[in-house]
Amino acid sequence: MFEGWDATFLARLQFAFTVSFHFIFPAFTIGLASYLAVLNGLHYVTGKERYIGLFHYWVKIFAVTFAMGVVSGIVMSYQFGTNWSVFSDKAGPVIGPLMAYEVLTAFFLEAGFLGVMLFGRDKVGPGLHLTATCLVAIGTAVSAFWILSVNSWMHTPVGYAIAENGQFVPAGSWWEIIFNPSFPYRLMHTVTAAYLTTALAVGGVGAFHLLRDHTNKQARTMFSMAMWMAAIVAPAQIFLGDLHGLNTLEHQPVKVMAMEGHFDSHPDGAPLILFGLPDQEEKKVDYAIQIPKLSSLILKHDLNAPLAGLDTVPDEDEPPVATVFWAFRVMVALGLAMALLGFVSLYARWRGTLYDWPLLHRFAILMGPSGFVAVIAGWITTEAGRQPWTIHGLLRTADSVSPLEAPAVGASLLAFIVVYFTVFGAGTWYLLKLMGKTPGAHEAGKTGHAPGISVGPQQQEGA
Amino acid sequence: MDVNLDLTILWAFLIAFSIYAYVVLDGFDLGIGILFPAIPVGKDRDQAMNSVAPVWDGNETWLVLGGGGLFAAFPLAYAILMPAFYPPIIAMLLALVFRGVAFEFRWRDPGHRPFWDMAFTLGSLTAAFMQGVILGALLQGVTIEGRAYAGGWWDWLTPFSVMTGVSVVAGYALLGACWLIWKTTGEVHDLARRYGWYAFVATLAAIVAVSVATLFLDYGYYAKWLDTPRVFYTAQVPIVTALIAFVFFRSMKRGSDWMPFALAQALFLVTLAGLGISIYPYAVPVSVTIWEAAAPEKSQIFMLVGAGILIPVILAYTVYAYWVFRGKVSAEGYH
Ligand code: HDD
Ligand code: HEM
Ligand code: HEM
Repeated sequence: MFEGWDATFLARLQFAFTVSFHFIFPAFTIGLASYLAVLNGLHYVTGKERYIGLFHYWVKIFAVTFAMGVVSGIVMSYQFGTNWSVFSDKAGPVIGPLMAYEVLTAFFLEAGFLGVMLFGRDKVGPGLHLTATCLVAIGTAVSAFWILSVNSWMHTPVGYAIAENGQFVPAGSWWEIIFNPSFPYRLMHTVTAAYLTTALAVGGVGAFHLLRDHTNKQARTMFSMAMWMAAIVAPAQIFLGDLHGLNTLEHQPVKVMAMEGHFDSHPDGAPLILFGLPDQEEKKVDYAIQIPKLSSLILKHDLNAPLAGLDTVPDEDEPPVATVFWAFRVMVALGLAMALLGFVSLYARWRGTLYDWPLLHRFAILMGPSGFVAVIAGWITTEAGRQPWTIHGLLRTADSVSPLEAPAVGASLLAFIVVYFTVFGAGTWYLLKLMGKTPGAHEAGKTGHAPGISVGPQQQEGA
Repeated sequence: MDVNLDLTILWAFLIAFSIYAYVVLDGFDLGIGILFPAIPVGKDRDQAMNSVAPVWDGNETWLVLGGGGLFAAFPLAYAILMPAFYPPIIAMLLALVFRGVAFEFRWRDPGHRPFWDMAFTLGSLTAAFMQGVILGALLQGVTIEGRAYAGGWWDWLTPFSVMTGVSVVAGYALLGACWLIWKTTGEVHDLARRYGWYAFVATLAAIVAVSVATLFLDYGYYAKWLDTPRVFYTAQVPIVTALIAFVFFRSMKRGSDWMPFALAQALFLVTLAGLGISIYPYAVPVSVTIWEAAAPEKSQIFMLVGAGILIPVILAYTVYAYWVFRGKVSAEGYH
């Protein structure tokens, strides 16, 4: 059963496993850092205890998530060299500097002010504490900027030349490389995804506590803030996703064929396949439920526009269609559900039942984790859809891998799986425990104290 | 070409600098992990942990800069060395996972605090040991073919690399003890002073042992250090090391709180200079020089602009972050 599990396949599995785990944490910390900055700022301006109470509630959750993001991220920065050394040698001169900029502009900024943000409030005062919180939030966004530039360059490489020794070297301007064609779309879509993911998680926690006690002030505040985000950002995300898809159609049409399940070319209007079972061997989609011509309308804004299919692509250049097809549908379905939640919350607000409509709260709890699923599904669409290339059209995945034997890669993969499930499993459990605590319950009488790692055992008992 | 030559040396210095920054900064918090089992459970441990809680993430970021910088400035070296040291690197990364989350998890789950304390210790110990092993394996030299690693799975594991592994553990324990002497009070402070002595003796022994053993490795290190007239320059390294060790000894005797930490850092600086002498001009001893491994000039210049502006800024706010948490810590943490 382990046929075909060669070093390349195992390295792919390992990268997919470690990066998917890693991305779960930034998806939450990018959004949460900004949310904390907003709460801190609202308290600074209005002086209302409610906001700083919420800050203290969420900053503990942030600290645990951030720690997991950091340790899984350090693994990522070495994955390139350990498992994709040929790729690293070849692409290093172009993407290496961008990743170095990420460390210099983002990671140090986050790490430098994280300590002040978590423990320093009483040492530096509210003004500098707010500044530190904002700097951490800015750091997370800058981090997304650089790493997504790198990733996007691999999808839409520009501004390079190929040197005699086989390396991709920069030619022309760095701006061209950084702002490569898919980057603006991917950046917008991913950062928005992080905000949405966070809003849904915060909304789920708020809803959970409202179901128990719909008068809880802090639960009301967080739920209301989160639902505003869902109502505004979810539709925006769908719009951005559409733009992103059009950009992909232009630069990576094969990926879109896989997303759409178009094995055949359609000279006069392609159907939108809602569901079906792609069969790559037979090159058809079984049991397809489809709407005629809608795909052409979405992608070309013309019912009868011709669309090429995978029949125009050599077999060895095809991505794994079923993976891409399904991952894409999971993401889109969740995106639509998020927009529905936002819409229902607007209706509830208008009716004045935002805080005491259990059905809405149950729906919000259900959607709490959906952002994480959508984000991972999105990345699978993106990355599996790029296959069989690491640098689209130029460097094949099979030619990128390190000269390692399968057992070495397999053993390390196993170690990652065991360690990640143990450690991040425990971490997730701690997060859920923190989220289960009633917000504001123990804040009365004790204000302005920075919680987090440094809370000694004495405090801990009370918390 | 001339420009490129100088840039390459500059980049070699910058990478060396971030490795040094990593070693002396993360070195002390890894060292605290190594000493952890010898610190009594309760407020002593909490005090030790709190002394590094606000800064460990920043310390570890230098490792990301070291790795990322190598990838960017010397991609060929990165591509050869990572597969060559595959097992120790994976082990180090997994160890860092355990110790990194322990900072948070031990407070979140008092019921399992012994488990996370153990994870903190084993993680720190393994990470330190593996870093030393990697250093030793680098000094031993790496087999390559074309542009790739061509040695076996276990080439990195030799008595020499095990010795460098143990040496780094001793050195980090020294840094950790000195940090605790500086930042803590009461029982844990007194304990740290005692462990500081042990670690100091162990570190000196390790420096001597590794230095001597290096001379007898295959790759002409002997000539690099002992040929005349080179020896007049290289001899400065052991002389300065001895001087620092002497001043360290005095400052510990006199009971200074901060001097030992500063001197331990100086000790690491000279040993790093010694390593530089051994390895230069190679990026991968003894087959790839820094010039062969270097990224093209265009990449080097682009990064240099950023590094030149940003590293001073980073240093400034790092100093600020340390300054905010200046003075002795307590078990209750920062309030
Ligand atoms: C909260 C998360 C989330 C939600 C609700 C959506 N997406 Fe998304 N999507 C992502 C999170 C995401 C992502 C994780 O951010 C990806 C992966 C890589 C990327 O750039 O964004 C992504 C990739 C991605 C791609 C692949 C682009 C490429 O690789 O070239 C397309 C075409 C879309 N999305 C389109 C959509 C549409 C039409 C959505 C609306 C219904 C949608 N996304 C909702
Ligand atoms: C393969 C790609 C990636 C690599 C190599 C990588 C590397 C890293 C590293 C080394 C860290 C730890 C930094 C520290 O010490 O503080 C980190 C954390 C982080 N990364 Fe990634 N990363 C990758 C993908 C991404 C993506 C796609 C995003 C966002 C869109 C992202 C956003 C972040 C953020 C916000 C952090 C801060 C820590 C956290 O909250 O999780 N990373 N990453
Ligand atoms: C620039 C650095 C990156 C490199 C070198 C890279 C390379 C790869 C490779 C070789 C695979 C295996 C492909 C496969 O099995 O189909 C893969 C898969 C994947 N990558 Fe990336 N990738 C990068 C960035 C990212 C980032 C930043 C993310 C998101 C955080 C990401 C998310 C994924 C996911 C989810 C998969 C799984 C797809 C699958 O199973 O096919 N990648 N990547």
